[in-house]
Amino acid sequence: MSFRRYLVLAIVTLTASCGDTFLARGMKTLPPVSLHHPLELIHAIFSPWVAAGIVLLIGFFASYLTALSFADLTYVLPATSLGYVIMTILAHWWLHEHVSPWRWLGVLCITAGVGFVTRGPAYTNTREPEPVAAEPAAAKLANPQEVSR
Amino acid sequence: MNAFSGVMATIAMVLAIVISATAGDVLTASAMRQIGDLDIIRERSGLGGAATAVVTNSRFGLGVLCLALSFFSLLFAFSHRDLSLIGPAATSLTFIGNAVAAKIFLHENVDHRRWTAAIFVCVGVALLAF
Repeated sequence: MSFRRYLVLAIVTLTASCGDTFLARGMKTLPPVSLHHPLELIHAIFSPWVAAGIVLLIGFFASYLTALSFADLTYVLPATSLGYVIMTILAHWWLHEHVSPWRWLGVLCITAGVGFVTRGPAYTNTREPEPVAAEPAAAKLANPQEVSR
Repeated sequence: MNAFSGVMATIAMVLAIVISATAGDVLTASAMRQIGDLDIIRERSGLGGAATAVVTNSRFGLGVLCLALSFFSLLFAFSHRDLSLIGPAATSLTFIGNAVAAKIFLHENVDHRRWTAAIFVCVGVALLAF
């Protein structure tokens, strides 16, 4: 894979983790949404944190679609899960949050998973070889005299 | 609400997110596979051409509908339960759901390496809740 494609995967990683965090932050500032009033979710979209989260998630979706056009779903999803590792490291070093040994073990597991998947091929070619292009060559091999006539 | 119905409600919320997210991911991945490499399309017919190719694909539309459903289920769950519970539970189960669905519906080569990666990431995300 080229550097440009790794860059697309990095953008997927960063926008997804930041977008989810913004959404959670925004929803915590609002009162709980009841099943009887689902339209309250529409009002939530206009809260600044939720709106910022949605903008980031639109960026995530565009880069995610680009990644899916050149790599398998089962490659893109684990490869971009490094976002959780970045969030945990930021929480520890920047926000000075307590990160338990279990969470560090989780970070190790995710890093190992990303290591496994990125060492393999990114794309499964499920398309059949095109028979139209192959036909003249095959016919020539099967009956060379008829073709030369 | 007693403890049992609370747990059942949490499971229902997580399942709603996981099922809709998996359906959305598989449908959009299938659409992008059908459309082809976006870089090549953009070189041929520009950014507008690439966007038109994506937006006019019916599988993509259905996938976006499922992802929107998953998004509103996530918002609903966030307003009732903690991010540290809903986030890791829904995300880790979606990894496994996607690996199974990608093998069945997209015929992706989910070999030992990818299964191992999906399980490692699933366990890792679940551990982040502790």
